[in-house]
Amino acid sequence: MNASTATPPARRHLQTPQPPASLFPYNPGSLLSVMDLDLDAVSHLLTRATALENQDPLTRDRILLKRRIALLFYESSTRTRTSFELAAKSLGADTTLVSSLSSSIEKGETLKDTGLTLRALGAEAIILRHNSSGAPWLLEQETGLPVLNAGDGMHEHPTQALLDLRTMLAHLRPGVDKVGAETLAGVTVTIVGDILHSRVARSNMLLLPRLGARVLLCGPTQLLPDSAANAGPGIAVERDFEAALRQSQVVMMLRIQAERLAGVQIDLAQYKDAYQLTGQRLSAHAPEALVMHPGPIIRGLELTAGVADGRQSAILEQVRHGVAIRMAVVERALGAQPKEGRA
Amino acid sequence: MSSVLIRNGHLIDPAAGVDAAKDILLKDGRVAEIAGAGKIKAGHEAGSDVQVLDASGLTVAPGLIDIHVHLREPGQGHKETIATGTAAAAAGGFTAVAAMPNTTPVNDSPEITRWMLSPERGACVRVYPIGAATRGSKGEQINDFAALKAAGAVAVTDDGHPILKDGIMRETLAAAARVGLSVIQHAEDTRMTQGASMNAGPMAFKLGLRGMPVEAESSLVERDIRLVTELRDARVHLHVAHTSTAAAIAAVRQARRNGLRVTCEVAPHHFLLTEEHVGLYNTNAKMNPPLRSAADRDAMIEAILDGVVDAIATDHAPHAVHEKEVEFEHAPNGITGLETALGLCLRWLHKEWKLPLGRVLSLLSAQPAALLGLKGRGTLAVGSFADVVVFDPKAEWTYHAKETHSKAHNTPFDGWTMQGRVRWTISEGRIAYAAKDPQ
Repeated sequence: MNASTATPPARRHLQTPQPPASLFPYNPGSLLSVMDLDLDAVSHLLTRATALENQDPLTRDRILLKRRIALLFYESSTRTRTSFELAAKSLGADTTLVSSLSSSIEKGETLKDTGLTLRALGAEAIILRHNSSGAPWLLEQETGLPVLNAGDGMHEHPTQALLDLRTMLAHLRPGVDKVGAETLAGVTVTIVGDILHSRVARSNMLLLPRLGARVLLCGPTQLLPDSAANAGPGIAVERDFEAALRQSQVVMMLRIQAERLAGVQIDLAQYKDAYQLTGQRLSAHAPEALVMHPGPIIRGLELTAGVADGRQSAILEQVRHGVAIRMAVVERALGAQPKEGRA
Repeated sequence: MSSVLIRNGHLIDPAAGVDAAKDILLKDGRVAEIAGAGKIKAGHEAGSDVQVLDASGLTVAPGLIDIHVHLREPGQGHKETIATGTAAAAAGGFTAVAAMPNTTPVNDSPEITRWMLSPERGACVRVYPIGAATRGSKGEQINDFAALKAAGAVAVTDDGHPILKDGIMRETLAAAARVGLSVIQHAEDTRMTQGASMNAGPMAFKLGLRGMPVEAESSLVERDIRLVTELRDARVHLHVAHTSTAAAIAAVRQARRNGLRVTCEVAPHHFLLTEEHVGLYNTNAKMNPPLRSAADRDAMIEAILDGVVDAIATDHAPHAVHEKEVEFEHAPNGITGLETALGLCLRWLHKEWKLPLGRVLSLLSAQPAALLGLKGRGTLAVGSFADVVVFDPKAEWTYHAKETHSKAHNTPFDGWTMQGRVRWTISEGRIAYAAKDPQ
């Protein structure tokens, strides 16, 4: 933009219409965004996750006995789908899976109509994974059911951020379930790679700073716009991977989301040169940092096989924490009240 | 044809420089006489079949003119028809609307233009078709503008399919100038907006949506102005549709200083709302160009107040309810606007930001009429078309989308407070709208 087309300075301060307050979530059991949870709610979920994890499976499965939960998946998933399903079943709920490739969605049924159909079939909550950002908000508005966001497009993946938090706490603050604004003070979490297309990055960057952590975003400009630093407080962009590593207690690696690149050209050799987490980089710059990854990992691309399997890797622990967190989230969705007639 | 006598109203006719209490007599579709309040008596010169409207306490003004609406016919009657769209126009105080050619099929021929103008369409206010600039709006082959004009088209555009090729745009500007038509450009370099559904910036990042950069608009406006400059032909008229960015406004401002015939319009949503109003994926806040940053919105207000903007136009874009009840990125662009424009302009431009009433009305009638050369419209001088809006300038009311005359409900202004309520809309001497429950 040249000088002649620059914005002229505003001459006066004018009153303008303000955006209306959000009506979401319509259902108090929903978890659409990490922003739906204040720190008390986060603490409650962490506490319940631990309690449920330690509970006798034979009493735990009375909590949501025969309640009906639908898993509605418009994208493929291994970890999220299986752990939500195991979590719901551990509490005694009946689950049913609807996936876009083997349902009437293929015939053109809309998200609204699919949701209303599941509700008519008796679903009391819907766990939704969708390739469009914002889809869980639409589903919640149209069905009024508790909706759990299991990942929407490039937007959010709130249960992933919660399980990531639980993983970090287990290492950095063992025994802590009650979190506050200082719990992660002094902790720097670097998120590396395809931030632009990552719902995991967004949920983490909106959650962790509220507990006192500093979030550094690291990646090339095509995958990390400068405006990302404005997404919320406590977020900064650091393009130099090794400089970021030196400041980090936690480093979270992300996969390049080929399915969402939409024309963005990435030179993979250059990318690996600058951003691949290798054993050498890790031992030189962050020998004590916790290495995390939401999966699926691509060995030899964003990180080497040695790092994935190495001493600092918490990748499989994250998966295990996922089941505990999702039990707590599913319990909350259905009102957290054990059914009557409980043994 | 019967006569209508509007008595004791306060006439504001910016083009004629009138701002005073007047009686006004309409006869045979034209303004027959204007005289001091209480001076024209029914039954004498007015004739015995005169219908008398008491406009005491009300403002009488030239009927409003919207040079950017989508009436959806032919081909998309499930969204809107010419009958329902013009009914909404009349309810909003509009007596003339210019209809965009992105219909099915595209209005790129005299036959379709004439079809739209046929009395069988049931229009209740004047419709001015805008012809497509190129065959099928594909940006390749320029249409016969003389034939389109002869059939009734008042301008040419490819609207939502902006002409990207320099050569085609240059030829469009030159060919339109030869027959005395304006070229309207929806300025969007679509190579920069693939898959995008809102303004580019921190809000789009946060919502995980692909963004349209402001440069997609401003670079095309700058390109078009460069082409106008190079053509060196005073007849060339470029009109920039729904301007939404400070950079595009700045380019228009500069072009005008350079003496070029470049005009622009701004839609109410672009001077009132920002990308924050998208909220959590409200598809009724999705349109193209998208809601922009607060700085861009403020630049629209400034440009209206300081006179760079030539017209307020609504970009009335009706869609069926089910079409908007989908994932944000899949929802069609556009919001309705005909019934809310006057109420929002009076509430915000006039009451809040102190733009004189005459200037607000001029932006909604005299200036758009002059811009497209609509003869006899936009003024109530004796002999003009009897296109009149009579409204209560003080009335505050709440807009309810479910009470609309349009087929569509897709508005972000549902439940908003409006200022100034239309009592009567008169199109060529015929009452096209009368409020049911005048307070």
